[in-house]
Amino acid sequence: MCGIVGLFLKDKALEADLGALTAGMLATMCERGPDSAGFAVYGAAKDGKAKITLQSPNPDADFDGLAKKVEKAVDSSVKLDVRATHAVLSCKASEADAVRAALGEIVPSVRVMGTGNAIEIYKEVGYPTDVAKRFDLKRMSGTHAIGHTRMATESAVTTLGAHPFSTGPDQCLVHNGSLSNHNNLRRSLIHDGMSFETDNDSEVAAAYLTWRMKQGLDLGQALEKSLEDLDGFFTFVVGTKTGFGVVRDPIACKPAVLAETDDYVAFGSEYRALAGLPGIDNAKVWEPEPATVYFWER
Amino acid sequence: MATIDLAITPLRALNENLHALSNGTNDTEWDVLNPEGRHAVAVGLDAPVTVHVHGPVGYYCAGMNKQASVIVHGSAGPGTAENMMSGRVVVKGDASQYAGATGRGGLLVIEGNASSRCGISMKGIDILVRGNIGHMSAFMAQSGNLVVLGDAGDALGDSIYEARLFVRGTVKSLGADCIEKEMRPEHHALLADLLEKAGVTDVETRAFRRYGSARKLYNFDIDNADAY
Repeated sequence: MCGIVGLFLKDKALEADLGALTAGMLATMCERGPDSAGFAVYGAAKDGKAKITLQSPNPDADFDGLAKKVEKAVDSSVKLDVRATHAVLSCKASEADAVRAALGEIVPSVRVMGTGNAIEIYKEVGYPTDVAKRFDLKRMSGTHAIGHTRMATESAVTTLGAHPFSTGPDQCLVHNGSLSNHNNLRRSLIHDGMSFETDNDSEVAAAYLTWRMKQGLDLGQALEKSLEDLDGFFTFVVGTKTGFGVVRDPIACKPAVLAETDDYVAFGSEYRALAGLPGIDNAKVWEPEPATVYFWER
Repeated sequence: MATIDLAITPLRALNENLHALSNGTNDTEWDVLNPEGRHAVAVGLDAPVTVHVHGPVGYYCAGMNKQASVIVHGSAGPGTAENMMSGRVVVKGDASQYAGATGRGGLLVIEGNASSRCGISMKGIDILVRGNIGHMSAFMAQSGNLVVLGDAGDALGDSIYEARLFVRGTVKSLGADCIEKEMRPEHHALLADLLEKAGVTDVETRAFRRYGSARKLYNFDIDNADAY
């Protein structure tokens, strides 16, 4: 089944509340997906800086002193903010590749959940409200956020199998549905140089969009193309550093509700997810049409 | 007038109270506040009472309704008035997928738009939509009437049996075995009655076109395989 929420702020004054609003939305979708949860938060982007979100099965051992070890390896300063099993490593953008290589050497058990200038990704197995609490989502701020509660169908219940999937810088995708041609598509994307960490169909959709954007398409155009190349049931919500997109397959079995006010655009698998948002009573609320791309950019 | 605030009272208590009503009850008017998209609000009613739900509801509102009038002052999620037997359900806003699915009787009025699969497998229910309906509406519809004042999406009436479909706007495409049919006097009369029952006074029956079954797919015939 799965539950999706997304919030794209237009009003700067709401940015401090992004995490609290997203946590509230995510909590309403627990019943749609109680096995794992995750969220991407696009927050304070600094020019020339990169953020790398890390996850570790043994955070105490892996994250202890990690910043110093990385600094020594790349001969530059980095910052590490630990949140439970995750940590966000900030470094100079020009050194991001070197930092990633060093991380692979120093702590091979640590996984990279996402990279970019603004994105931070947190996801774990567990009941969604517990997962949100573990990472203190409520106190996060930023410009937009996307969340997911998972009821696993296509691959194992693991941290890596949770959504969002991030396959390119500042990109993420959450999915409700199931793709029927993901194996063929995965093979063809691997042939074109993409790499995968799971057997999950949603990761293929994320990688597909990354691959299209690498070809020079913007997110809206990549989503248009996905309607031609992806087969199966899907409602996707996707984020980029400055954009927020929604698309449903032509059959559109998977539920979706959009709401827009002067202050935000919000997405929910159900209206329940939107009920607590400020000004929702006067928002334009509608069900996105099948095979139609909705896309906002700041 | 009884008022139940779902921000305070559990949904189960609301439905238990409504299920306890029977013919002859004095509690004929109910107000439900703060539904906030909850599922299964006012389902399974079987008494001639009126329930006003003030705000948007989630899945399956007023499902299996008998006798009661349920009025949603807001939008409704998937499966609104699913398998209704009798009575009346009115949605003042939009309705999501498969509104009125498998309904056997009664009247469902959607004042906004209905999305895909409206009236799927309808079996006697009357549905009137003031706005548009989405794709695959009235799929395998067996009896009853679907009246649409706006436009219909793709594959209207796919594999339809005997239901009558009246559409005032455009039809994006017709599904397998669904054809346009002549509006004879009896259809104008039937439609006028449905419009009146739904409280629609600003349109005329001659603005509608009628669609129904070509009846080719009742029994499998290899010569009709292309029609599926």
